[in-house]
Amino acid sequence: MAEQTFVEAIRTALAQAMREDPRVIVLGEDVAEGGPYLATEGLSAEFGTGRVRNTPISENAVCGAAIGAAQAGLRPVVEIMFIDFITLALDQLVNQAAKAHFMSGGQLSVPLVLRTQGGSGGRAGAQHSQSLEAWLTHVPGLKVVMPSSPADAGGLLLSAIADPNPVVFVENKALYFRRAPVPERLTPIPLGRARQLRAGGDLTIVATSRLLGDALTAAARLAQEGIEADVFDPRTLVPLDLDPLVASLRRTGHAVIAHEAVTAGGFGGELAAQLQVAAFDYLEAPIHRVGAPFTPVPMAAALEDAYRPGAEEIYRAALSARRWEGCDEDGAVVAAGVPALPAATHDPPEG
Amino acid sequence: MPETAPRPGRSRAQSALGRDAALELLETMWRIRCFEERVAKLVRNLQLQGLIHLSIGGEGVAAGVCRQLRDDDAVYSGHRAHGHALAKGAPMDRTMAELMGSADGLCRGLGGSMHLVDTEHGLMGATGVVGGNLPLAVGDALAAKLEDGGDRVTVVFFGDGAVQAGHFHESVNLAALWQLPLIFVCENNGMAEFTSRAEHTPVERVVDVVAPYRFDRQTVDGSDVEAVHAAFGEQLRGARRRRGPFLLECLTHRRRGHYEGDQQSYRDALDDAEWAARDPIARLEATARERRWLSAQRAQAIAAAAEEEVERAVERGRGGRALTPDQAARYVYA
Repeated sequence: MAEQTFVEAIRTALAQAMREDPRVIVLGEDVAEGGPYLATEGLSAEFGTGRVRNTPISENAVCGAAIGAAQAGLRPVVEIMFIDFITLALDQLVNQAAKAHFMSGGQLSVPLVLRTQGGSGGRAGAQHSQSLEAWLTHVPGLKVVMPSSPADAGGLLLSAIADPNPVVFVENKALYFRRAPVPERLTPIPLGRARQLRAGGDLTIVATSRLLGDALTAAARLAQEGIEADVFDPRTLVPLDLDPLVASLRRTGHAVIAHEAVTAGGFGGELAAQLQVAAFDYLEAPIHRVGAPFTPVPMAAALEDAYRPGAEEIYRAALSARRWEGCDEDGAVVAAGVPALPAATHDPPEG
Repeated sequence: MPETAPRPGRSRAQSALGRDAALELLETMWRIRCFEERVAKLVRNLQLQGLIHLSIGGEGVAAGVCRQLRDDDAVYSGHRAHGHALAKGAPMDRTMAELMGSADGLCRGLGGSMHLVDTEHGLMGATGVVGGNLPLAVGDALAAKLEDGGDRVTVVFFGDGAVQAGHFHESVNLAALWQLPLIFVCENNGMAEFTSRAEHTPVERVVDVVAPYRFDRQTVDGSDVEAVHAAFGEQLRGARRRRGPFLLECLTHRRRGHYEGDQQSYRDALDDAEWAARDPIARLEATARERRWLSAQRAQAIAAAAEEEVERAVERGRGGRALTPDQAARYVYA
């Protein structure tokens, strides 16, 4: 298996899908030139600018045009360059794409993929660094995919393109140039199948996108201290493959959920709620969440680094879950030998 | 006269609207009129729920445009969609059933008045978000353009209230940039919800808004069905030959409020003479009578047939049942 970067795997999947199905078109800002991360580089040379269409900076109409084209029988892959700009396309995505099949009583379908990328770390400030996937999971009719590796990105993208529903495919810019083995010929990875990356009996860690690598790093460190973790990547948030996560949690009794998004109102809260119902009798500690504090993403390097959740936070949350003793009067977790974790609330952190 | 003003003389000269076409248009307009008057009554009697927007007074646009379209031509409509749906070929009984929330409705009672869809007849969707249909129509027209050798076109209906929204400008730009076979049909009734156009924009005519994009564009009197038919026919021929996007601005009159139940404190009612001059049905009937295409008896028969069809639709709709929640949930994902 040859190694590819995340963007190379995306490009490979797009080219493969376009070769296999003439209905697949790609549109977005600068896609014919490859875009800022070169995810679509070379596609216009092979497939022409009729199928790989540059668009003006009109996220709303471009997203809507992709939906209209999908309703007419094409399979558009539309790119929104930064997930921060999805706000401009949400009317089309939420009010049109997500509801077309339902409101037409099944007459219309929207086989659309909206590719976008989020995540912090680029010192780009709060309008180019967000993780907004939780909003999308709140809308019935949309599917939401968040791959963490090049091979998953390629295989999941093929499934997303073949899916008859609108799929939002959320990449993370910090993963784009990491290399990992990718099959010579990509095969579709079904949406709605979690992947287990590490097996242990003491703790269940569920992490998405960039935090998956950090979860594995934390799990290795925990193992040195005798705590063996199951590590899962749900890979798709909608549909969500809850069963293996529940089965794991029933064995371990402890769970940490980690994502890059702001913790409060994040997808981890939904996942924790679903898990605690299904595994309530088996829980030995509250389900712990790792995410970003309730502030916009700061720009200054030191501030952004402090803001971004990673392996250290997952490690500490895991220890806290394992050594949980109770909560203090303010509701903060008390765990033996673990410094207090920031509360996952809608309050900005105290200065 | 400014370039953009209606030119009835020119339209009439080109119309060549024959007897059969005129009677068909009358029939369509009566079907829409009777349907909507009956809907208004059902709303008043609390027999029909939801947000209902009527197009009484604007039937000429729906009829004049849709009569010339084929089933494979796509129509996108907005919240005031009953007329467009019926004119495009949606069966009246299933349209009424849809408004009533019945599983026999066009959309199985999951869409309702503002979200009528009938893909079999090319009604690709009405939307409750003002102007939200414009980008969708751009995408449909892009798909039409990418079909090799095809000549199907896309038509999008919208009100002048949509023109002040960003997605109108984004859509117009894309359509012009990509030279799409898309006809924008604006029903300019001078009112955006409760306020007059003049309070929303200093640009009186929508044709002027798209001028820089070099659209082929025309303003017609939307109450003059012949003028609508002729102007649209000319644009349709161009669109079938893939000669870029077009805009047809139809000056219409909204006889009723923004929605049924609207108090309409914001405007004065027309008197009967003013209404007769703006009623597309009365006008076409007068023309047809003048040309001896239509007897008084035949005119009454057309209206009566429409009324009967509506009554049958209401009866059928009343017998319908809504989907169960389980059945409805199956339509969330394809």
